[in-house]
Amino acid sequence: MIWQLDLVLLLLVVFCAVATITVKDLLSATIIFSAYSFLMCLLWAEMGAVDVAFTEATVGAGVSTIFFISAIFRTTRRSKD
Amino acid sequence: MRISLQEARDRIPQRDTILETTVRLMVPFIQLYGLYVIVHGHYSPGGGFQGGVVLGASVILFALAFGLPASKRYLSESTDIILANTGALIYTGIATLCALLGGMFLDYSALAKILPIDPISWHSHGIFLVEVGVGMGVTTIMVSIYWDMASAGRLDEGL
Repeated sequence: MIWQLDLVLLLLVVFCAVATITVKDLLSATIIFSAYSFLMCLLWAEMGAVDVAFTEATVGAGVSTIFFISAIFRTTRRSKD
Repeated sequence: MRISLQEARDRIPQRDTILETTVRLMVPFIQLYGLYVIVHGHYSPGGGFQGGVVLGASVILFALAFGLPASKRYLSESTDIILANTGALIYTGIATLCALLGGMFLDYSALAKILPIDPISWHSHGIFLVEVGVGMGVTTIMVSIYWDMASAGRLDEGL
């Protein structure tokens, strides 16, 4: 455990989490969420939970992003704001 | 419906040589890594689920670059469903076999009655067999979810 690295990662995780729910565009939210997952993966690996980090990297940052994007491609924007 | 690779490629509106060459080079290594993760899952980080997701992601990457019909040439729909069900059958079959042989559900040491090796090493080998089943199931289900979501269930064209 290196607390400086922990602090930087946690700050970035909080920043990405807030950005994901505040950003307007769905595609941008998905990409930021992918970055959030990758930072969480780094955090898990840093805490020694390598198996959880591996799952987070493959499922969270990898496949779920593609699923989100493929779902977004099938949606339409109703209002023009 | 089986179509030629040329026909599958012609259905993609824009083709990109850099993208296709990169994916063509990356996919074998990603698949090798996925197999490594599955096979070494019982004594190192990773396992059937993670390796299966990596293997599925390689097919999804191929489908993203070459289009959904091209990926169905290499992993057809029926093969996908058969592999998914075989994976689930391997997992539950081994677990039930342990129960039938006098142990508990997923109690691998009971398998020593079939192949007489040390019950302690059966714990390791049993987990390995179950991981292979999980890997097969997860790989094919991930590809199947992508196919269904990318083509809205029609399975004719991708993103």
